[in-house]
Amino acid sequence: MDSTHADPHGAASHDAHGPEEIAKHVRVYIMVFLSLAVLTGVTVGISYVHLGSHWMNIVVALVIASIKASLVAAYFMHLISEKKVIFWVLGLTALFFLFVIFIPMATIGETRHFSDPANSAAVVSAPHH
Amino acid sequence: MSDVAIPYSVKPHPVTGIPNGKFAIWLFLASEVMLFGALFSSYILLRTGAPSWPHGADELNVPLATVNTMVLITSSITMVMAWASLKMGSLSKYRLYMAATLACSAGFLVIKYIEYSTKFHHGHYPSTSNFFGIYFTLTGLHGIHIIGGILVNAYLMIFTGMWKTDREHFENRVENAGLYWHFVDLVWIFLFPSLYLL
Repeated sequence: MDSTHADPHGAASHDAHGPEEIAKHVRVYIMVFLSLAVLTGVTVGISYVHLGSHWMNIVVALVIASIKASLVAAYFMHLISEKKVIFWVLGLTALFFLFVIFIPMATIGETRHFSDPANSAAVVSAPHH
Repeated sequence: MSDVAIPYSVKPHPVTGIPNGKFAIWLFLASEVMLFGALFSSYILLRTGAPSWPHGADELNVPLATVNTMVLITSSITMVMAWASLKMGSLSKYRLYMAATLACSAGFLVIKYIEYSTKFHHGHYPSTSNFFGIYFTLTGLHGIHIIGGILVNAYLMIFTGMWKTDREHFENRVENAGLYWHFVDLVWIFLFPSLYLL
């Protein structure tokens, strides 16, 4: 009946934990939930404060969002006690995520150029070249 | 016949050290990161390439979205509590927490419906502007993920026979559904400030 028996490979993350261990984790889950709620309030509150530049507001909002996401991933998704293979998968994903975010950003100068009304003639004449 | 069991659905695979189902759900989530990543990238390009871009708070309902964020965070803790209840051997508590998760998920969709219908009422459609185009695309795709999660979680809440016959397998299924659900929460954590507050 005991579902928490040890497995021959050192046990997959949570299966190593018995009901008593899980009960301890519940307190952590509640703390994480409260932190997420507070950080949501901070995100909204700080968006009404001008932090010097719009870029600063963006950076602060994304840093808070990253902290919240890390809490969810580490504790609710149990990444804090996960197997190596998951970290390899996520590491590779993170690398390609950076590619998909930052490589297109290299064209930002061009999109600005075309969206500028002063350059609209260039857009119109472009197909003729 | 039932003697042909799917391998490593409960026991960890010797190579990965985790059951196959869990490895598969993480690979799926990795592909989801790329799906939303591509749309976030599009959002950045559209925004930085536009001569002007509206402030999210001027166009969208921040109080409603804040409530929705809280609703989704609440659904995340009820989901993890549902899994923890199973691990502690209580099927009744599991069902209760799953029902709470489903209630929160439905609440999220109702609030989203109110937001969408208000926008449509004011003549704001995906075709109205790049801002509304990317807003409806990102939140719409996220909404579809919510519906997918509701279907899976409802199935796991109703059909619990496996808990009696193959307990560890059922716990793993709930854990995998939880991983997906927390990911959906995680995506919203970034969508909320990006679209509504900046």
